[in-house]
Amino acid sequence: MPRGSAALSCLSGHLPRLAGEAPPLAPELRRPAPRTGAEPKCELARSNSYMKALQVERSLPRFAAARVASGWRAGAGARVGPLRLVDITPPEVPGPGWQRLSPRLSGICGSDLATIDGRSSRWFEPIVSFPFVPGHEVVADTEAGRRAVLEPVLGCEARGIVPMCRACSQGRRRHCEHLTGGHVSPGLQTGFCRDTGGGWSAAFVAHESQLHYVPEGLPDEAAVLAEPAACAVHAALCALPVGAQPSTEPTAVVIGAGTLGLCVVAALSRWREDIARVLVVAKYPHQRALATELGATAVASPDELRRAVRRVTGSWILGNGQLSGGAAVVIDCAGTPSSLASALAVAAPGGQVVLAGMPAPSHLDLTPLWQREVRLSGCYTYGPEPAAGGRHSFDLAFELVATARLERLVSATYPLDRAAEAIEHAASAGPRGAVKVAFDMRGEPRRLSLLTGKDR
Amino acid sequence: MLEVDRSTPPALIWHGEGWRLERLPPERSRIVYAPEPLPPLADPDAAIREALLSPLGDCPPLPALLRPGMRLTIAFDDLSLPLPPMKRPDNRQRVIEAVLDMAAAAGVDDVTLVAALGLHRRMTEAELRHALGDRVYDAFAPQGRLLQHDAEDPDGLVLVGRTDHGEEVEVNRRVAESDLLVYVNINLVAMDGGHKSTSTGLMSYRSVRHHHNVRTLAHSRSLMDQPRSELHSSAWRIGRLLGEHIKVFQVETTLNNDAFPPQLAFLQKREWEWGLRDRASFVAASQGLQLLTERSRRSLFQSILAPHQMTSVQAGEVEAVHASTIANLHRQQLVDVEGQTDVVIFGLPHVGPYNVGSIMNPLLVMCLGLGYFFNMYIGKPLVRPGGVVILSHPTPWAFHPVHHPSYIDFFEEVLAATTDPAEIEKTYEERFATDPWYRHLYRTSYAYHGVHPFYMWYWGVHALEHAASTVVVGGDRRAVRRMGFKPASTLADALEMAEDQVGRSPTVTYFRCPPLMLANVH
Repeated sequence: MPRGSAALSCLSGHLPRLAGEAPPLAPELRRPAPRTGAEPKCELARSNSYMKALQVERSLPRFAAARVASGWRAGAGARVGPLRLVDITPPEVPGPGWQRLSPRLSGICGSDLATIDGRSSRWFEPIVSFPFVPGHEVVADTEAGRRAVLEPVLGCEARGIVPMCRACSQGRRRHCEHLTGGHVSPGLQTGFCRDTGGGWSAAFVAHESQLHYVPEGLPDEAAVLAEPAACAVHAALCALPVGAQPSTEPTAVVIGAGTLGLCVVAALSRWREDIARVLVVAKYPHQRALATELGATAVASPDELRRAVRRVTGSWILGNGQLSGGAAVVIDCAGTPSSLASALAVAAPGGQVVLAGMPAPSHLDLTPLWQREVRLSGCYTYGPEPAAGGRHSFDLAFELVATARLERLVSATYPLDRAAEAIEHAASAGPRGAVKVAFDMRGEPRRLSLLTGKDR
Repeated sequence: MLEVDRSTPPALIWHGEGWRLERLPPERSRIVYAPEPLPPLADPDAAIREALLSPLGDCPPLPALLRPGMRLTIAFDDLSLPLPPMKRPDNRQRVIEAVLDMAAAAGVDDVTLVAALGLHRRMTEAELRHALGDRVYDAFAPQGRLLQHDAEDPDGLVLVGRTDHGEEVEVNRRVAESDLLVYVNINLVAMDGGHKSTSTGLMSYRSVRHHHNVRTLAHSRSLMDQPRSELHSSAWRIGRLLGEHIKVFQVETTLNNDAFPPQLAFLQKREWEWGLRDRASFVAASQGLQLLTERSRRSLFQSILAPHQMTSVQAGEVEAVHASTIANLHRQQLVDVEGQTDVVIFGLPHVGPYNVGSIMNPLLVMCLGLGYFFNMYIGKPLVRPGGVVILSHPTPWAFHPVHHPSYIDFFEEVLAATTDPAEIEKTYEERFATDPWYRHLYRTSYAYHGVHPFYMWYWGVHALEHAASTVVVGGDRRAVRRMGFKPASTLADALEMAEDQVGRSPTVTYFRCPPLMLANVH
């Protein structure tokens, strides 16, 4: 899931709905009744061992405390909020095609941080189910001893829904219309669904359609970035081809230089030959350096953005600060109200704004969108990329992380029992000179035995 | 010059819109003070008439050059001179009124005034009225006969030739097509005047770039010593070639050092000479300033008008006039200084040539400190090679968005990448100089030319090459570091930092300017 901060979730008395409280669905979409012994079971999922996991509970006081604490310091919700380190039984395999996996590394994403700090949008209420184990940026061992990364979207195929919705049947799992039905509880992704577990644990379950096997030789630190890199690839490729525009040099602006922003820069450099210049908005020195190394032609701080775009595109600044021209493509990887406003302000007439970072509720002046016919489009997760001959975002992401050496973006790893430190580090990654912070489960005792029920 | 000992009172050090009182290390510090103001001309208007009638060099009196039906252009220095702006009547008003009287007497009808802006911002009506007087302004401006030079007007410039060094001489069309150019100058510092007046103030960027560049500035030692200034050599070549096409009648004036009004008289005096009234004024002004916001302080200081008075006026052939002007200027400003020092301190005031009515942004701090103050010498710099320059100024990360739009981009983009003048010139100058937006703002608004911040940086090239480092006391740390300088909270810290560079117990010279002076370093 793309990262970024988001807004209030549970403070107004509207708790996220439990799965059973979801709006009525068509009969074929309803969640099946609890499994009986007659249902298909996976022998490998029979372990009754307990495992360590970080779990988000549905607790209004804890969400409230997290929101208050995070207002004081980002990531403080980890100490007072809904996230707890617990011993739980590994998730059961919910149906055919599913298997249990043991995470090696699992990244901490902006959407995870928003949840932990009680700032997620209420939009997600019907499409998550509590309690859940976060973690959707995962490189894990499969039962067969292979390494795989997770494509976390829980679409029709994983849910066992037949017939699949039109989007899933076309491979566009991100547009699935059945996020609340089938074998598993509501959940837009693994890491937000109570039945699947998530990457912040010693084991979780995934459907075979969700797995992308890691190429030989690719280090775990690179593989764990495949998911955010796939998001970035999708963002870079879903921006429409750059055509007529006021600048002689087609320019893309990337707002945000965290993991997603930097991966987008790398993806633009690699696959968007129609874009001559990439201007990156970065706050911190290490972000500026990395952006430049990954292909940015110019870097500016947030308050310098308009002038930087003016310089690059040769436009003018008019009396009220608006630009006469702008950038052909603006990819907002931050998703904050101010970043989105900035994106609209620097997009060229007829240009496009791609919202790649998970947004917060925003009040925006849409006049420039209207007057300049700027195209604003969301960009969520991944799938087959028409602009790359139908290759899947994850295939391209593996290529990107290897060629751009994106493992350098992994700045720190923590064991699960140092979760609060890890979350705080991730929430303040920029000021602390970091990019991606991840949990490292490779040292967890009996990690692999959870796959088979016996020590390997 | 004062050798500092333990009984020396603290020295007043300018600090933007304010000042600091600092004790300098005794027995190894000295303070260079400006000379007392010279007595002014008793009757400046009579002196002007006399100068116009008795020109210097190979030049007939002005009336002999005037005839009915001729085209007469009177160009004058812009708002960058003098500093602080002087009380009315301004020297330019006095001289122009005298020239106009003679032109009227000779039956000259076709007279146009041109503000010699060069690449500076256009002057506002108030600024023009202040410089020229209401009578002149009202007689010329409404009829469109008061122009401001536009160095980017494709229809308003004429290429009159190239020097033997290949320097294009592209001049204001009205000037080029005139029968006589009278240039009216105020020679505030030794850098001003002579052929530099026309070759900077009335030319295009295409011409100005030949003398305003890293090479010439690196070889101008100093900028205030025309024979040893490569900038002036180029300007002289261009001016002489212009003189082959247009008759130039130069009028230059000098001012005395009376830079501050009576209520701020303590700024004019040496600290040990302060009387009770000066001390009271100092305390009152210092306390009062603390109560003001930054913006209010800026407005207050920008409203200061200097009681400068004219000390000389000379007219005629450019080089003969300028030689006399420099002699008169030296008479007021020259101070003998024995030997160089390890550390030099410059307290920078609220105003420099390019922030009249504006903000002293970090680039202007650099230019004023390392460009102007450092170059206020003949002979040798005050500080030894490898020494340390200490500047005192708040150096706010603040820019006037109307006056200095390209400065903002220079600071944000160029200095973020490099502070090396040669690299800056090579990589960025042309883009900024030809940027259509800057060009538009320069021509139609009140913006300095797009290339102007580059010249601010080049102005400091000699100092950057000469000194080992620059420390800024009390400046915005981020802004100071962006320029490659070292920030210090106090003068004591700055001196301690300087010791890392020049060794323990360095000799220190405090150049207490303004009032203006020129160090003759032996």
